[in-house]
Amino acid sequence: MKVGVVVFPGSNCDRDMFHVLKDVFKLDVSYFWHEDKLPKDLDAVVLPGGFSYGDRLRAGVIAAHSPVIADIKKMADKGLPVLGVCNGFQILVESGLLPGVLLKNTSLNFMCRWTELIVENNKTPFTRQFKLKQRIPIPIANGEGRYYVDKATLATLKKNNQIVFRYSENINDSIFAIAGICNKAGNVVGMMPHPERAVEADINPKDTRPSNMIFESLIATVGARR
Amino acid sequence: MSLQPQELEYLSKKIGRKLSDTELHIVAAEWSEHCSYKSSKKHLKMLPTSGPRVIHEKGYDSGVLDVGDGYVVTVHIESHNHPSAVEPYGGAATGVGGVIRDILSAGTRPIALLDGLRFGDIEKDTHAKWLFKNAVSGIADYGNCLGIPTIGGEVEFDKCYSNYALVDVASIGFGKKENLIKNHADTGDVVVLMGGSTGRDGIGGSQFASDSLETEDRSAVQIPDPFIEKLIIEATLEARNEGCIKAIKDLGGGGLSCAISETADALGIGIELDVNNVHLREQDMKPAEIMTSESQERMLIITDKKRLERLQQICKRFRVSCSVIGKVTGDKMMRVTDNKSVLASMPAEVVANAPLLDRPSKRPAYLDDLKKKKEPRPATNLSKTLLKLLACPNIASKIWVYGQYDHEVGIRTVIKPGVDSSVLRLDNGKYLAAKIDGNPKHCYIDPKQGAIGCFEEACRNVVCTGATPIGMVDHLQFGNPENPEIFWTFLESLKGITEFSKYHNIPCVGGKVSLYNETPQGPIKPTPLIGVLGLIDKTPLKPQKIGQGDILVIIGKTRDELGGSEYYEYIHGFIGGTCPQVVFAESKKNMDAVLHLIQNEMVKAVHDCSKGGLAVAASEIAMTHDIGCSVSMENVPQEKMAVDKVLFSESHSRYLLVVEKSHLNSVIDYLKGDGVEFALIGKFGGRNIEFLQNKKSVSKLRVDKAHDKWFNSLKELVLHG
Repeated sequence: MKVGVVVFPGSNCDRDMFHVLKDVFKLDVSYFWHEDKLPKDLDAVVLPGGFSYGDRLRAGVIAAHSPVIADIKKMADKGLPVLGVCNGFQILVESGLLPGVLLKNTSLNFMCRWTELIVENNKTPFTRQFKLKQRIPIPIANGEGRYYVDKATLATLKKNNQIVFRYSENINDSIFAIAGICNKAGNVVGMMPHPERAVEADINPKDTRPSNMIFESLIATVGARR
Repeated sequence: MSLQPQELEYLSKKIGRKLSDTELHIVAAEWSEHCSYKSSKKHLKMLPTSGPRVIHEKGYDSGVLDVGDGYVVTVHIESHNHPSAVEPYGGAATGVGGVIRDILSAGTRPIALLDGLRFGDIEKDTHAKWLFKNAVSGIADYGNCLGIPTIGGEVEFDKCYSNYALVDVASIGFGKKENLIKNHADTGDVVVLMGGSTGRDGIGGSQFASDSLETEDRSAVQIPDPFIEKLIIEATLEARNEGCIKAIKDLGGGGLSCAISETADALGIGIELDVNNVHLREQDMKPAEIMTSESQERMLIITDKKRLERLQQICKRFRVSCSVIGKVTGDKMMRVTDNKSVLASMPAEVVANAPLLDRPSKRPAYLDDLKKKKEPRPATNLSKTLLKLLACPNIASKIWVYGQYDHEVGIRTVIKPGVDSSVLRLDNGKYLAAKIDGNPKHCYIDPKQGAIGCFEEACRNVVCTGATPIGMVDHLQFGNPENPEIFWTFLESLKGITEFSKYHNIPCVGGKVSLYNETPQGPIKPTPLIGVLGLIDKTPLKPQKIGQGDILVIIGKTRDELGGSEYYEYIHGFIGGTCPQVVFAESKKNMDAVLHLIQNEMVKAVHDCSKGGLAVAASEIAMTHDIGCSVSMENVPQEKMAVDKVLFSESHSRYLLVVEKSHLNSVIDYLKGDGVEFALIGKFGGRNIEFLQNKKSVSKLRVDKAHDKWFNSLKELVLHG
């Protein structure tokens, strides 16, 4: 199974994600620079966290106009798994692959802390191994992580089962405590927390198992597809 | 310009002619106290700088320590005090940027930041609060954007920093030994300036930093751009991997003047550059401005003609500007041209080495006055006193600060901020603990003992995680060195650090001296700061759940030395008394014992006693683990003294251990056999933190109430105070 990690100027969780995919989950993983073409035989793609273009203007907005986005859209249309973490989520939203916006945290400060997610949709390629309502201890680290949509869109998200993760305690006043969503087809998932920071026992003070399942779900999905 | 008449005279003699205007500007920047260390250099030689792990290489701006298995750790510390005092956001941010480039210039990837911040009294002084908030934001925004975790540091408030700020940043790097850049250059090599464009920001910054702060010269402050810095990091490391870098140096204080002259001097080469080749942010900059601008995010790289094209390709890919500004010559001269006309031509050695000074020193008169002052009467309500101390800005949890820093990016942070010391995992299976400490209250009362105490505290902090100290960086911050009394405090601190360093075999691998830290209100208290790196071979002591019946053991003796304590100064408003002294042999014995117990998995948790003494340290364990604790004060190994002193004395070399009952006998046997002074003083359980003297309660607080105060008071003060 071939996974790509897309690197934008300013990405800074790319190496963390690469390490987890390669060394922890033993996947065939490659970096792709934002100007590269994605190969046709790629099974899944991850947009890692960081500060693409220094978060100038608004987090993710400049990266959303990178050449690589066209290829990611093609992969998304084909139903292949696409995961955006933190800044990757912001890029997916800014490029129109996912609905909504990510606003500045109400504290106006960057927040780095551990929290807990609740799985609300276990049908996506990244959550299929979870039970519904299962809890995931996980860290967040962001300055613009407050998810927002208007009421009508929220109703659509609920109706289409597009809400993937919610915070058990709404730490940043996101609408409906949303921490991660997916597109209508369910194959494109964006989430603010950092699962790559929680899969190794050495750096996870809680339980690594639930975060592992995000990646194991991906492996199961792609394995099943092949 | 800050050149003194005698320096001008020395210069004309050395060069043998009158200097041009550009030359004078270049030398003035390089000979500023900030860049040349002319007051301190002679004395800094006393510090031990070598050891089995230390790797020396010419032209390194950071210390390099061998951590085994082909890996190295690099470390450096810098301050950005003057800029932060007038422009806290930009000043603090560019402070981060500068120290990171020192790590990068050894060819290592920066993997962690620590910061030491000092401001005036934020409870009373709204300006201090403004400085504090903005300095924290500056550090957060810069470090977070780069993806370098800020894993620790310390924050302290003291009236002596009113209208001022000390912003110290330490950075740690990691890499393979084989990838270290071995600075060298040959005649005909090209000199490249890579990174941000050169503008008028930061002109004269090093000279601004070498004077007392009386004006707010904002143009001397650089403008931060972390995004460019991130691109520079990646481009530099890629260029290193591809062998495109023969020598490298970051541009900091003194700008091109300093980078060119110091590189040429260190490598024994000449460098000729044309100011027209420097890519500029602003038009019509004068050559002297180009040479002394301290615009951030710039690196000087020397490469050969063959590999220049590859370097340019890498820079192009990352959209980082890179200009060939000059070439390496064989005549050891620093030459600056404007097209064909020569603006400056001086031996690099002369420019890079300011004539050193031998400043007079004299024991300050204030020390005798402090001795005469009568120590305060004990506080009447010790429960209230303890609660007040827990909420005191110097003791309260700093979660408001480190919660804004991405302290986990890089996935190395095994022990997160908020405890004695954070711990990073390294690629060779080992772990690195790092901490910086300072204590101007102690140092004011006794600069030598205070400095030793800061050093010991930083060691204690890393030891609490199971780490053996392997290297130290110091940062010596004082007022105007032309004042003999201030210079004496500098020398005393340096002597203390040297003695401790030699005794414990912890080499000094880097440092910084920052003088002229004064405002119209006067000089700051002597503020030496010590950063210590500790290495853990197997596994660090990670937080474990403390349960009912676990035992509290204290190691070390509590002495009647409350001078400079938070208890005297914050509770009683009293400055005076005797500050804690480190007994070297006791320090070593206790440190070794704690390391043995951790390595043999005999203890659940270890915490050091520092600010606020035993009472605060025991409360911190209880609050962090959300469990009560009852402590018998009469058991504490001590000089016989009143109970308030036993509670709040800040004597050094003390550790609190949490021991499970089943391990207790082996812990006791080991400590007895080792001749360590220790005692069983308490037991965990219940909902109260209680201190007893001969079975009578002297202080009692509910854990949740104490936790609430300790955890939230700084945040409340910043947001609502």
